[in-house]
Amino acid sequence: MGFLSNLINGISLGSVYAIIALGYTMVYGIAKMLNFAHGDVIMVGGYLCFIGMSSLGLPTVVAVLLSIVGCTCLGIVVERLAYKPLREAPSLAVLITAIGVSYFLQNSALLIWGADPKVFKSIVDLPSISLFDGQLVIGPINLVTALTCLVIMVCLTLFTSRTKMGKAMRACSEDKGAAQLMGINVNTTISMVFAIGSGLAAIAGVLLCSTYPTLMPTTGALPGIKAFTAAVIGGIGSIPGAALGGVLLGIIEIFAKAYIGTQLADAIVFGVLIVMLLIRPAGLLGKEIHEKV
Amino acid sequence: MVNSVSMLKISDLNVYYGAIHAVKGVSFEVEKGEIVTLIGANGAGKSTTLNSVAGLLKPRTGSVEFEGESLIGVPAHKMVSKGIALCPEGRRIFQDMTVRENLEMGAFTRSDEEAHEMRKVVYERFPRLLERRTQPGGTLSGGEQQMLAMGRALMSKPKLMMLDEPSMGLAPILVQEIFQIIKDLNEQGTTILLVEQNASMALSIADRAYVLETGRVTMSGNANDLLHDKRVREAYLGG
Repeated sequence: MGFLSNLINGISLGSVYAIIALGYTMVYGIAKMLNFAHGDVIMVGGYLCFIGMSSLGLPTVVAVLLSIVGCTCLGIVVERLAYKPLREAPSLAVLITAIGVSYFLQNSALLIWGADPKVFKSIVDLPSISLFDGQLVIGPINLVTALTCLVIMVCLTLFTSRTKMGKAMRACSEDKGAAQLMGINVNTTISMVFAIGSGLAAIAGVLLCSTYPTLMPTTGALPGIKAFTAAVIGGIGSIPGAALGGVLLGIIEIFAKAYIGTQLADAIVFGVLIVMLLIRPAGLLGKEIHEKV
Repeated sequence: MVNSVSMLKISDLNVYYGAIHAVKGVSFEVEKGEIVTLIGANGAGKSTTLNSVAGLLKPRTGSVEFEGESLIGVPAHKMVSKGIALCPEGRRIFQDMTVRENLEMGAFTRSDEEAHEMRKVVYERFPRLLERRTQPGGTLSGGEQQMLAMGRALMSKPKLMMLDEPSMGLAPILVQEIFQIIKDLNEQGTTILLVEQNASMALSIADRAYVLETGRVTMSGNANDLLHDKRVREAYLGG
């Protein structure tokens, strides 16, 4: 039963990574930049939900919505102020800016909410499910997390394959110049992707803090980096790849913790990344990029 | 043609790439209903001129007027709704999107009903696109990709269609077919501005032509006259 229980925990953690990785990969796909501040949006999402629930006493659903709306706006503002002026700049400048935004968000959180960890109350207030005479115990938050990830994947797939804006997003990812010739406003489309990615980050933050209830200004940093790893393993730029990479990474991390050792788990996670980059640099579902002649 | 109003009027256009002066004071006009072609060697500034009209490049000085309205400073994504479509050099179709999705993007600024209507028109003109509608654009042959790029530009029902090197990389038989289609489109009311290195083909279907050399217009006139002009024949038509 230990195996099954680890697997469920792995899928749950992996689902959080997947949701974060989706944001990373979509932003990379369209803006061709690594938004290293993405992880910190998760943390902001966690704090907004925490404030909504405990300080403002809002119902859980409203607090979660507040967190999603807040992060969506944050994503749009960050893109407009920090990244948009650098649209034509070398990618190194954008990368450094993203790292700067990451520190800015962490330190702003430190200023506003302080350094002492907050204890996040799970958004799912249900008893655990006990199966096989109590041999297998499933936390309801695990189910909610996996289910949320699934719903998000289905919605995003439908959005990018069926809707006009979703298709415009794919067109911009492929060729911004040609997309403009079609009448697509590239700047608006990039804003939209940042909005969606940041909204997803808020959901990930709420789910993450519901499972691991310690909330600090650095809460988003490591999950952010791991989700980035997941996006690269799945093939950066690929939406199904991000989901697959996220879930795989979550399972690997939990199994490494259970069977090898807690201290080594993170090393193993990043070890997988290195091995992956050596064997299949484009990632599991990524496309090989050919140099055009 | 004497009494017609210019649809597109370019005056004294100057475009730079950094320090390189690529287009040097180019002026030309396109009348409604015409096929006008810009011919010239590689690097003469033909594509640069088209991209400036389309809003992809910002000219340093000069004016671009479409139906009496200045296009200077109008962003590229607003051109389609003004009635201008550019079928760009190298076709630039969306490789990972299906043929049908590519066409839908062409009608991005139109309503779903209009897009549906135009898709039927485009499939009728290019039956091969109908056959291949569920295939990713990147899997089409060169000729099919050119047809897709033209179909996609057509989806917006443009008044002026600009084509940049539509014959590039195509077998001679396909080049014939593509030029016949351009002629047909023009006869059905679309004004055409064509940029070509294949000068003989371009001159054979065009009404008027401008010859560009290193960023300047060096000759202009009736396409048929230029086709038989000694200097044009020597420089661009292999004697």
